[in-house]
Amino acid sequence: MTQHPGKSPRVGLFATCLMNVFRPGIGFAAAKLLEDAGCSVEVPDAQTCCGQPGYNSGDFDSARALARQVIELFEPFDYVVGPSGSCMATIRHDYPALFEGDPNWSARAQRLAAKSFELMSFLHDELGVTRVDAGTPLKRKATYHDSCSGLRGLGIKGQPRALLASVEGLELVEMQDAEVCCGFGGTFCVKYPEISEKMVDDKVANILASGADTVLGGDLGCLMNIAGRLRRINAPVRVFHTAEVLAGLADEAGIAGRTEGAA
Amino acid sequence: MSTARERILRDLHIALKRGPLAAEQRTALDAERPAHIRPAFDEDLIARFVRKFESRSGTVARVATLAEVPEAVEQYRTAKGLPPRAAIGAALAGLAWPQEWAIHHGAAAIDETLALSRAETGVAETGSLMLCSGPESPTTHNFVPDDHVVVLEAAKVVRHFEDAWVVLRQRPGGIPRATNFVSGPSRTADVEQTIQLGAHGPRRVHVILVGG
Amino acid sequence: MEIRSKEFKERAVFAIHDASLQQALGKARGGFVGKRAQQAAELPEFEALREEAKNRKNAILGHLDHWLERYEAAVTAAGGQVHWARDAAEAREIILGICKRVGARTVTKGKSMVSEEIGLNEALIEHGMEVVETDLGEYIIQLAHEPPSHIIAPAVHKTKDQVSDLFVAAHGGPRKTEVADLVNEARQVLRDKYFRSDVGITGGNYLVAETGSSVIVTNEGNGDLTQTLAKVHIVTSGIERVVPTLDDVTLFLRLLARSATGQETETYTTFSTGPRRAGDPDGPEEYHVVLVDNGRSKMLGGRFREMLRCIRCGACMNHCPVYGSVGGHAYGWVYPGPMGSVLTPLIKGLDNAYDLPNACTLNGRCASVCPVKIPLPDLLRELRHLQHRQELSPAIQRHALTAWRFVATRPKLYRAGEWIAVRLLKALARNGSLRKFPFAEGWTAARDLPAPAGKSFIEQWKSRRGQS
Ligand code: SF4
Repeated sequence: MTQHPGKSPRVGLFATCLMNVFRPGIGFAAAKLLEDAGCSVEVPDAQTCCGQPGYNSGDFDSARALARQVIELFEPFDYVVGPSGSCMATIRHDYPALFEGDPNWSARAQRLAAKSFELMSFLHDELGVTRVDAGTPLKRKATYHDSCSGLRGLGIKGQPRALLASVEGLELVEMQDAEVCCGFGGTFCVKYPEISEKMVDDKVANILASGADTVLGGDLGCLMNIAGRLRRINAPVRVFHTAEVLAGLADEAGIAGRTEGAA
Repeated sequence: MSTARERILRDLHIALKRGPLAAEQRTALDAERPAHIRPAFDEDLIARFVRKFESRSGTVARVATLAEVPEAVEQYRTAKGLPPRAAIGAALAGLAWPQEWAIHHGAAAIDETLALSRAETGVAETGSLMLCSGPESPTTHNFVPDDHVVVLEAAKVVRHFEDAWVVLRQRPGGIPRATNFVSGPSRTADVEQTIQLGAHGPRRVHVILVGG
Repeated sequence: MEIRSKEFKERAVFAIHDASLQQALGKARGGFVGKRAQQAAELPEFEALREEAKNRKNAILGHLDHWLERYEAAVTAAGGQVHWARDAAEAREIILGICKRVGARTVTKGKSMVSEEIGLNEALIEHGMEVVETDLGEYIIQLAHEPPSHIIAPAVHKTKDQVSDLFVAAHGGPRKTEVADLVNEARQVLRDKYFRSDVGITGGNYLVAETGSSVIVTNEGNGDLTQTLAKVHIVTSGIERVVPTLDDVTLFLRLLARSATGQETETYTTFSTGPRRAGDPDGPEEYHVVLVDNGRSKMLGGRFREMLRCIRCGACMNHCPVYGSVGGHAYGWVYPGPMGSVLTPLIKGLDNAYDLPNACTLNGRCASVCPVKIPLPDLLRELRHLQHRQELSPAIQRHALTAWRFVATRPKLYRAGEWIAVRLLKALARNGSLRKFPFAEGWTAARDLPAPAGKSFIEQWKSRRGQS
């Protein structure tokens, strides 16, 4: 990894497709957290998608095409950081696998993988951030959903919880089966909507049973799935990306808007 | 001989991208005896055996010598209200069984109520009995009657399964037709995950631990 | 068993709405997961054992031909007979041949997934034999004329009430409602069958090359009664189950019960080595092993070799949220859950089981508990890759991927599309979300779609911070 003593590390912010379209606030929150931690943040505007939808649909050629694009675009940075365990696991694990044995791309894929991080793990494990300044104290009881790719692919479990512990007024409660998939699964939720619904219902039942008024997580796909279901059943629970809360940028409504009667 | 055999072996060679192994390679493979990780524990072997065996609803009584076994069995029999009859493995035929008992050393029949066996070893790791088939210890004794009493000499308790293999390999005649590891009474959880003892095999397995 | 995996979607939806199935699945889920976690936590060596088991099995598979030949020689030396079957039909023929030769009328069976795989019961029954499954779970589903829905707990989908009904229908009343009474009733019925049995068929968890033994592991003791009391014992096993030594068996045994049922060990572990010997008062007069290939040698040669490490513990399905939602029958063949979603397309054909590799969120919980560390999600993705290449995936999906690639590799075009999308979606939204959206009806059937803010992140970043 490139070291820059005395100089702030240059971070390329990976703007995930969903965040870019549905929840730009997460991107600004990520940028704020990185800048507060001393990074200089840039957002290359030629970026599109990490290629995961193609990869997970078995279209490895398209995935490679997208991966090459990401590698070329982000190679100049010291680090690539994104507010998503899922996309960053694709860059960290799947790119090297996609180019295994490819004389032109294998080494480049590995180099990029080595300097690519999910936001929370980057802040906590790489930069050693243990406290954040989240601004005005919150009065919220939150539960954290462990998204699968981040949890099992990148070992993200303690980092967001540790950082959230420094947010004044935020009480964190664990729900049952926090580590069980919410049923999003990328295209899975539209290909197998009934199964996905059953899974998100199980997740929502655990959220409600926890007594939390807020759900936090590190992957927007899962959060949109959970929030969309909560909204549909009119449950008074709001959903945010962890970065939004840590940066003090959580709005009033939360993802999918505010349900009548929400606390 | 069998063409299916040859075809399967050929398919395996294709899959492994090579032909049949050379004789030297085979000998080298046969000589390989990798030792695997064994769960470490400090606990006394007998204490662990008893603790583990009892944790799965087995019961254990202790006596000092083999000669005391018949009396211990008689106590068990009367406590359970069993008729005075038993299928007794030939390995225990020499003990002084009560005169009034009807005993035999053959296979257990469908109406058998009590069988007595002598364990070849006990494995402390999991609290399991090792029983070796033959006239000394017919296999049906382990599975048919409702009550199975097993005599285990404390000196025969080994630490790990690997130690039991040493015992097996050194047996005259080698590994028997049936080697049964018994870790408690028969059980099932097939109806709503509710554990129920005595599914098909013995409802009770009682160990009489001798010496130690 | 006839494959019905093509009906996965319909069967899954049906299962989700089956209240008693959901009740049974809910009960099972918590039990297996918690007990396994406890066992794993209580054995400090557990993770190291998983790694070792993976490596050892890989090494064994690299010389599978050798170990099978060694095993065969050892079985023969012990007076048993080994038969080789390339596919299900050959395996059925061999077993039917033995049964007919000895004039079998009653055949008892211990639990054997391979016998399900080769459709053995149907074949035996067709030839006039009475076939009795003796594992309590298998017995229950045999009475219900259903296939197993789990490889370890075949009747996990049945509630106690349903079992009561089945027993009344099969044995006559009075109706029992306590688990203990139900188990007793089955015990009485099955005892008689063991003693009348001509042929006992069991699976083989491991085949030991060193001794020529086959190994079964049960809690009930049914497999032992089956193989000890019948005149002939037939073992059915996949060719990948051979291991070199007794010590190797130990390695896998230390993981099996802990991963499967969350027990330190199951009650009975039995090594069977040949038929009854001179002087033996009991045991079968003949001992046969049927080694079944049925697609396994092909798996060995390709990128699915890792699947041959599977020790059939069922942990992957116990931890799979899709299996936990739809149960085993939705998968439409013998092997359900993650391991079945890999095995079924490989054994029965990619086109016969399109949905199985796809109906998965790739959440990875299965791989994180698999005792032999099979990368199940990677194998499922690899199957999707083959399906994509063979154009087995729906045309609309392939077109969508082509279009997505076209746009996503042209950043300017992508930005333009995004510009329209954020504005369109925002316009359609009410109070921050959409209740219906034409291109994502699967989504909006059950969930609102969160609405975009009206400008993309990159657009906003550029206007706030300038071009980067
Ligand atoms: S794939 Fe792994 S977890 Fe699943 S049954 Fe096989 S060994 Fe067990």
